[in-house]
Amino acid sequence: MITFDNVHKSFGPKKVLQGVNLKIAKGTSMVIIGGSGTGKSVLLKSVLGLVTPEQGTILVDGKDATMGDHDAFLARFGMLFQGGALFDSMPVWQNVAFRLLRGSLKRPKQEAREIAVEKLRRVGLTPDVADLFPSELSGGMQKRVGLARAIAAEPEIIFFDEPTTGLDPIMSGVINDLIREIVTEMGATAMTITHDMTSVRAIADNVAMLHGGVIQWTGPVAQMDASGDPYLTQFISGSADGPIEAVR
Amino acid sequence: MNALLAPFALIGRQTLALLSMVGRFAIFFAQTLSHMLRPPFYGREFLTAIFNIGWLSLPVVGMTAIFTGGALALQIYDGSSRFSVESVVPQIVAIGMVRELGPVLVGLMVAARVTSSIAAEIATMKVTEQIDALTTLSTDPLKYLVVPRFIAAILVVPVLVGIGDIIGIYGGFAVATEQLGFNPATYIRNTVDFLQFNDILSSLVKGAAFGGIAALMGCYFGMHSGRGAQGVGQATKGSVQAAAVLILAANFLLTSLFFAT
Repeated sequence: MITFDNVHKSFGPKKVLQGVNLKIAKGTSMVIIGGSGTGKSVLLKSVLGLVTPEQGTILVDGKDATMGDHDAFLARFGMLFQGGALFDSMPVWQNVAFRLLRGSLKRPKQEAREIAVEKLRRVGLTPDVADLFPSELSGGMQKRVGLARAIAAEPEIIFFDEPTTGLDPIMSGVINDLIREIVTEMGATAMTITHDMTSVRAIADNVAMLHGGVIQWTGPVAQMDASGDPYLTQFISGSADGPIEAVR
Repeated sequence: MNALLAPFALIGRQTLALLSMVGRFAIFFAQTLSHMLRPPFYGREFLTAIFNIGWLSLPVVGMTAIFTGGALALQIYDGSSRFSVESVVPQIVAIGMVRELGPVLVGLMVAARVTSSIAAEIATMKVTEQIDALTTLSTDPLKYLVVPRFIAAILVVPVLVGIGDIIGIYGGFAVATEQLGFNPATYIRNTVDFLQFNDILSSLVKGAAFGGIAALMGCYFGMHSGRGAQGVGQATKGSVQAAAVLILAANFLLTSLFFAT
């Protein structure tokens, strides 16, 4: 379980997170929604130590995320970045097997490559992609490679940062389905950030809406449409009229 | 009143920004040194850095050195025609190249070629979240990106300086013997007799220091770059400026240390 308890984070005078409280149960898929610049990525990155909150605690299975062996802690996570964040100096298979080629999870090179090819196949890419460089791939293929990298070491917890941004609707659907399948199949805890309501419905068990630096609404995805929360209703409908200012 | 105070406020802000950068750099340097002593070590990245910084810099270093050596011989010949040119030209070319021009020119060339490249590469990695990705993959970016480049530059730039010194002296030799009619054997004897161990040592020590500065500036500005294309551009420009100024300042300090007594 991941628990956010009164988490605050500011950048200069801008208070992004102002007391976030949220619980993500083990083995469930939580999708965080909210407008641009509301701190969704900050929330996600603060779990991994990429951003340090000024106040509050983040617990993973009851243990403070900032304490203990950070490498061992990070080895439990996989993350798909918004732009893929593939290392363009190395071929696709080395990107996917990055964690398996060094550090505590190191495997022999041939075995790491086989795992990488298998993970690529799992996300719908053929083995011949393994020796290409990221710059030779389309946006959708890069996302798939990023997804393969995120699951390569079989993590317990997977984060997806805007997995369908910049993709056409068909490719978005493919990525959404892959995420849902993989999370279910691996039994992993997932936390996804997105603006895309189609993704929310495809991926989520539970949804949390971040607005004004706090969790405005949280609940099962099935209750989202009937929540009665004016912020959530406006966000789902995409209307300019409502409590969320259209110009921010 | 506010208008009167504005220039002082500007100076104050810039001073604070400078001090803040010096502090950040000191921490960055200390962290780099500390990571050098602790595993894991990334051998493949180290070898790649050796290749990029050393091997790929050889053409530019060679061209710079040979033309500088040749021009130096012509200048000294012109300026010392009243004296014993056969001994003065090789001696000053040798001492000029080995003590000053070799290390400084190689340092500046490395700053132009390597520092800019490192800064642009790491800044782009930062902008595209590759640095964050490294962290999430349990890999310390400082250990993976900075330490191999820093060590490689410290080891390989002295070699480049040595090669630059030799090529520069050869440039002077070629001009003196082919164009000015010097006796080759006398030229070589005068060069070898005049150079001392301390000259060569100072050259190599300067090379190591300049290499370290060049790599560290590229890494520091890359890791601290702003967002977007503008951030990458500013990081690249800032890294080369800082490396060039620090290399010249370090050259003065090292020259004082080796030869001022």
